[in-house]
Amino acid sequence: MIRILGVGVMGLTLATELTARGHSVELVDPEPAPGPHGCSWWAGGMLAPYCEGESAEEPVERHGLTAIDWWQRQTGGVSRQGTLVLALNRDRGELARFARRSRGHRMLNSDAIAALEPDLAGRFTSGLFYETEAHLSPRAALTELRRRLEAKGVAIHRAPTAGKPDQLIDARGLAARDALPDLRGVRGEMLVLRCPDVTLNRPIRLLHPRIPLYIVPRGDGVFMLGATMIESDRRGVVTARSVLELLSAAYALLPAFGEAELLETGADARPAFPDNLPRLRRVGSTLYANGLYRHGFLLAPAVAAMAADHLERGIIPEFMDEVFA
Amino acid sequence: MPVFYGTQVDSALMLGTAQYPSPAILAEAFRVSQAGIATVSLRREAGGGQVFWDMIAGLGTRILPNTAGCHTVKEAVTTAQMARELFDTSWIKLEVIGHADTLQPDVFGLVDAARILTSEGFEVFPYCTEDLTVCGRLLEVGCQVLMPWGAPIGSGLGLNNPYGLRSLRAHFPDVPVVVDAGIGLPSHAAGAMEMGFDAVLLNTAVAKAGDPVSMARAMALAVEAGRAAFEADPMEPRDMAAPSTPVLGKAFLA
Repeated sequence: MIRILGVGVMGLTLATELTARGHSVELVDPEPAPGPHGCSWWAGGMLAPYCEGESAEEPVERHGLTAIDWWQRQTGGVSRQGTLVLALNRDRGELARFARRSRGHRMLNSDAIAALEPDLAGRFTSGLFYETEAHLSPRAALTELRRRLEAKGVAIHRAPTAGKPDQLIDARGLAARDALPDLRGVRGEMLVLRCPDVTLNRPIRLLHPRIPLYIVPRGDGVFMLGATMIESDRRGVVTARSVLELLSAAYALLPAFGEAELLETGADARPAFPDNLPRLRRVGSTLYANGLYRHGFLLAPAVAAMAADHLERGIIPEFMDEVFA
Repeated sequence: MPVFYGTQVDSALMLGTAQYPSPAILAEAFRVSQAGIATVSLRREAGGGQVFWDMIAGLGTRILPNTAGCHTVKEAVTTAQMARELFDTSWIKLEVIGHADTLQPDVFGLVDAARILTSEGFEVFPYCTEDLTVCGRLLEVGCQVLMPWGAPIGSGLGLNNPYGLRSLRAHFPDVPVVVDAGIGLPSHAAGAMEMGFDAVLLNTAVAKAGDPVSMARAMALAVEAGRAAFEADPMEPRDMAAPSTPVLGKAFLA
């Protein structure tokens, strides 16, 4: 039996992958269901390997490309509408830079933008369309992973059972800092708006030199706005400044957002290693899977597959530390 | 090499620590460039940035904490006091922002905050404009370093007012002056050093380059080249062409 600590995106993805490969799995978490205590609850849910490739290391794009099919297969609910990247007129240089540093896009003119997103008609003269990217609703996806695991008979306990596991996998995110000293928190803040007047079909990224913003449609006039990136492990409530910045960027994108209801604010700290890439690390007999940074939904399937390959065949996968503690 | 408040620094390149793709790339940029000073912002990370700060401390570079993001004298003074405790240094790069869009300094608040901080024993590096009067006031209240902008923070526009910068250099020949902000290219950094400035401080140009490590190296080379050129006493530009080979025997006055 394989025991997995943590029912965030990493733990649930590991459990799903290992169960699918025929292993017997037990999940353990003091909070045994996905919820606001875990940072994946606050995620944007963009499956956007090309856009992330603009600033992330190369493996993020390569492994992220496999995530879209994985999530559709395991949870359904993946929306393959692509991503639209825009910049306000005075920041148009940002769009050229973003295009230069990412792949998988084509340039759209004003008419093409209006055809994709009628609500943005006339507001932007050019944009980048990443047609093959996708998005999902993180809370629905996590809840569905858990439901399917339970349906397959996977036990989810608040505390470890008496039996000794054949393998222990630790996927507790930032809580595993007690064993992973090079793990740090990167604070992110998000808002949820309801704005029935606005219809957007896909995630929109607004490039801005100081306040980059993304808006992910959740359906029914609900939108998620994110997300700050602050070198801090402070969790809990959002700051006024971050709300101000996110809302002003959304308002600049589309003034109709000024009429939105602010349904929810949230903040948490993403677990990250110094290179902002995930790691599998063996410490003693425990295998740690951690450091997914802002790429939880994008990279968890690849990390889970690597962990399974490692356990089954003993190979050292790409995201595994070379040095064993 | 520049000397600030009696401390000699090993390089005239000063690098900020914000906006890098990852801390690993940040560390590599410092290693490759051998930057002499790392500036660190406290304001936004207040309360939970200890791991990041420890990592900056681990670079082995001298640290200059800053008050980036402060808009009032009170905020800036409080942030400076916090920085002194966290980083165990009396050095503080003082920023008092006067305008949210251009991030240009509030020079009035800057002088007030500098007066308070120097009286509390801080060694202040004020982020200012190239205005001679403002710089004079900053020196009067106890600053022994000046940090005029090249252009607005993060703009990458280079040295917007070369006349003003030359004039500042000429008026305060014995004060260490660092061109801070607005540097976008190595040529901008070299240009500042050629004018005789003691150092340059930049962040975005490296952190937001496609390859920050290569750009950090390019900046280090440019700073070195610019300083060497200044010390070599460059020729004066002139309108008339001056051939470097003899023209005797030709009708050169025709």
